[in-house]
Amino acid sequence: MGVEGIGARVVRKEDKRFITGKGRYVDDIKLLGMTHAHFVRSPHAHAKVKGIDSSAALNMPGVVAVLTGQQIVDDKVGNLICGWAITSKDGSPMKMGAWPAMAPETVRFVGQAVAVVIAESKNLARDAAEAVVVSYEELPAVADVHAAIKSGAPQLHPEAPGNQVYDWVIGDEGATDAAFAKAANVVKLDVTNNRLAPNAMEPRAALADYDAAEEHFTLYTTSQNPHVARLVLSAFYNIAPEHKLRVIAPDVGGGFGSKIFIYPEEMVALWASKKIGRPVKWTGDRTEAFLTDAHGRDHVTHAEMAFDANNKITGLKVKTYANFGAYMSLFSSSVPTYLYATLLSGQYNIPAIHAEVIGVYTNTTPVDAYRGAGRPEASYLIERLMETAARQLNVDPAALRRNNFITEFPHQTPVIMAYDVGDFNASLDAAMKAIDYAGFAGRKAKAKADGKLRGIGVSCYIEACGIAPSKAVGSLGAGVGLWESAEVRVNPVGTIEILTGSHSHGQGHETTFCQLVAERLGVPISQVSIVHGDTDKVQFGMGTYGSRSAAVGLTAILKAMEKMESKAKKIAAHALEASEADIVIENGEFKVTGTDKAIALPMVALAAYTAHNLPDGMEPGLKESAFYDPTNFTFPAGTYICELEVDAGTGKTSFVNFVAADDFGRLINPMIVEGQVHGGLVQGIGQALLEHAIYDDNGQPITASFMDYAMPRADDVPSFNLSHTTTLCPGNPLGIKGCGEAGAIGASAAVINAITDAIGKNNLEMPATPDRVWRTIHAA
Amino acid sequence: MYQTKYHRASSVDEAVSLFGKSSEAKFLAGGQTLLPVMKQRLASPSDVIDLGKIKELQGVELSGDTLTIKAGTTYYDIMTNADVKKAIPAIAHLTSVLGDPAVRYRGTIGGSIANNDPAADFPAALLALGATVKTNKRSIAAEDFFQGLFSTALEDGEIITAVAFPVPAKAGYEKMRHPASRFALTGVFVAQTKSGEVRVAATGASQSGVMRVPAIEAALKANWSPSAIDSVSISANGLLADIHGTAEYRANLVKVMAQRAVAAAG
Ligand SMILES: Cc1cc2nc3c(=O)[nH]c(=O)nc-3n(C[C@H](O)[C@H](O)[C@H](O)COP(=O)(O)OP(=O)(O)OC[C@H]3O[C@@H](n4cnc5c(N)ncnc54)[C@H](O)[C@@H]3O)c2cc1C
Repeated sequence: MGVEGIGARVVRKEDKRFITGKGRYVDDIKLLGMTHAHFVRSPHAHAKVKGIDSSAALNMPGVVAVLTGQQIVDDKVGNLICGWAITSKDGSPMKMGAWPAMAPETVRFVGQAVAVVIAESKNLARDAAEAVVVSYEELPAVADVHAAIKSGAPQLHPEAPGNQVYDWVIGDEGATDAAFAKAANVVKLDVTNNRLAPNAMEPRAALADYDAAEEHFTLYTTSQNPHVARLVLSAFYNIAPEHKLRVIAPDVGGGFGSKIFIYPEEMVALWASKKIGRPVKWTGDRTEAFLTDAHGRDHVTHAEMAFDANNKITGLKVKTYANFGAYMSLFSSSVPTYLYATLLSGQYNIPAIHAEVIGVYTNTTPVDAYRGAGRPEASYLIERLMETAARQLNVDPAALRRNNFITEFPHQTPVIMAYDVGDFNASLDAAMKAIDYAGFAGRKAKAKADGKLRGIGVSCYIEACGIAPSKAVGSLGAGVGLWESAEVRVNPVGTIEILTGSHSHGQGHETTFCQLVAERLGVPISQVSIVHGDTDKVQFGMGTYGSRSAAVGLTAILKAMEKMESKAKKIAAHALEASEADIVIENGEFKVTGTDKAIALPMVALAAYTAHNLPDGMEPGLKESAFYDPTNFTFPAGTYICELEVDAGTGKTSFVNFVAADDFGRLINPMIVEGQVHGGLVQGIGQALLEHAIYDDNGQPITASFMDYAMPRADDVPSFNLSHTTTLCPGNPLGIKGCGEAGAIGASAAVINAITDAIGKNNLEMPATPDRVWRTIHAA
Repeated sequence: MYQTKYHRASSVDEAVSLFGKSSEAKFLAGGQTLLPVMKQRLASPSDVIDLGKIKELQGVELSGDTLTIKAGTTYYDIMTNADVKKAIPAIAHLTSVLGDPAVRYRGTIGGSIANNDPAADFPAALLALGATVKTNKRSIAAEDFFQGLFSTALEDGEIITAVAFPVPAKAGYEKMRHPASRFALTGVFVAQTKSGEVRVAATGASQSGVMRVPAIEAALKANWSPSAIDSVSISANGLLADIHGTAEYRANLVKVMAQRAVAAAG
């Protein structure tokens, strides 16, 4: 409805402040008496802390305090937790090593904090941190998963013998083995899913302010989920009870998952603020971001797929080693298990699946959810396997996929997920048409005549989003429910505030959420504002990740809107002396249907607040809230096809075309959806061609700056050709599936499938750097 | 960044005298190398002497067969200069693929060669074109100027004032960009002088910095064409190897970039 309702390409309300430099990020906030923290971090990947001498630092000008790991342990600040319990195949719980916010005894990755210097300025804190003398006894370190599980490997945690966190399985092993025993063909593949550094544009930051008189803390932090941060800080880290802790996540410059987690720096800032009686600010620099923001991916997998004589898939076996780094980050355990192996059916009818996932500690930065979280790893694996199968079985890769698509819904996969709806043929058709798949052979021949190697790569992804039905995730080990809450406040003059537990850090909620209100009430979005990111303002919320804000968060807003509208209709009916059933809402007015009698929303609101003439027994006010818990995941799906050329002389890849046909269910704002897809695709392409967080054998990071870690830039990626094939999600009233992660989930397989097609060699690891591609081309 | 004292010099003489009065001074040109290094606290000069506002260090002159680029001229100004484009278009091309726009607007030819990063672009141009580096004290042939990784013939406090390039008969530069930094993973500058001499220099390839490539020079001397290089074999010994390129890959790039540079030179 209307120019600003659902489906309208409304320009983002929040961009005025962002592009005029008026955004307000944590580091922009300055408090009276504020001090600055700088962490003393380990240069070693594995070492014993033998002693910390702070005397020189304490004597430097402007230094307020030097606090150490032992002090934070003595003060009983809790160790960091992992919020999703995973059980190994032998029934034992996962094995967690203790993770204190600053290391009192042992450091296990380069960058782990051992002490913090608090000073009058950032630079003074940094100067003094260099004067803190830490004596270490170096221990042997291990960075690679395979090396870490070998006998005799350096051991990280006494709690986890063999560096093994868990050995988890899913699916029916007997049925899968039986399928392989009868298979006409078996396709095998080894793939590595490269470790990535998330690199949000704004580095993490925390500003903690303790009010001794009120015994109350305020934390300004770069969080995707401030209420979850408060919950964890209160319930597990002993910082303060919830009513004595306010967490504010103001404008946040990107997260991609890395700002879901509660990090040591926030804990230390809060604790230190109370200790010194002054506000404490920490703003990470880019090096700290590379060293301490949770990394993503890092899987090593062997997989086998069984086919019958008709090229129908009959079984899938997967064994994955997941590198968790040195500690189990907040949601890390769920990523290679319930967010990965449950998606291994892809878009295909696979009768039997068995997957085993071995979680491994190494002396590297902890790994956790990063845009897509587990689903990119699953999708990449399946789509590389399908391409490999097509080559081995000598059939067209698109036709092989089509031959195995799930076409009837709902569909129960053998790995928990029950797909509700989809039309995989429709997105494959749309993508093939957009890229002129049929004409590819001719284009390849022509390119060959020009001395170029041209390739095409298909990727049909599916993901589970709208995270998540609380009961289901609870039964799988999650420590939290994953519903969302909302409150709708109609003010006495008729303007509207939506309070949401979702958190926007680039997603454009301030626009899309207003569009729902515009759609339902017919008011301009300028009369609506979105309130989020403050535990003192918003009732509660689980935050933004897992493409959940529209499917779950916006549905909660819809539920609250419905309650508000129902009350407003009663007030309107009373005022208009009509029946409530005859009231309709149009263009900001409550009308008696079929008449010209109407009362404008502001008058209804005013009536609600003056309460001079309300229906008998009605409470004054016009404010409603709702908690919405989804009944299922949502399943965005689609097809990406990439066409590219490889320069055989240098191994360099150049894109010719990249098409995306996505099914996200209903789109609220197609322009914002396109932006989300663009960003996701760039991250997927970044993983395929450029990005790799690398450690040497001793656990020293060698890609801790943008001079070494290749982030994609505008000229590294093509212009995208996007389209949508829509099936509405039956699980929520708006029919929304979510669009935030799709690009990052589906793109990398399309790119690698295209390069391997171009060079005629199937085995190529990511990132497919020119050097690697060139060596693959020229390998014997 | 550590505390430092900033000076803005208005002439080369003033810069030299300021340098003499400081304990550990550094000249600042575009700041595209010096400032990041200072920010990371890897350099802590007591004084920073800014050369950016010295008029005599700015500009390009073409006189006869010599193209002179003053040391403080930015890459952007070089790239867009009509004399550069006319006399040695390969240099305009080299600056157009150097770094990114921010780097090109700030960085200078003098800063680049004073720094002598083993993957920098300009050292290859100087070496292949047989350029002369002019300082406040003397003239130094490119051969003698570059002395291995990050090291040059410059003495303490010596200021580069200009680079004089003999205008060649033909020249070309091709570069494989480092995917992260955009420096040269390997870049090759080929030149044929007006007297018929062939000079080829590669950057980003060797462990000891910018180098001449005699095998390719010989092949091109016999036959100035890309295919002349087909049979040349470049050894990976002594070449750089890192996460973005093995030594074998760089050896291949020396050859492939040389072929493409010859094609570009015409
Ligand atoms: C992101 C990025 C990408 C880059 N990509 C490339 C690339 O692709 N190719 C490339 O070649 N370079 C690249 N660079 C480096 C860039 O070219 C620098 O500009 C150059 O190395 C230094 O030049 P400057 O003018 O910035 O010098 P500064 O950083 O100011 O100085 C560098 C050094 O030179 C000395 N110096 C400067 N001028 C003089 C002078 N006239 N006389 C004596 N000493 C002097 C200074 O004292 C200092 O020691 C890149 C840099 C960055 C940050």
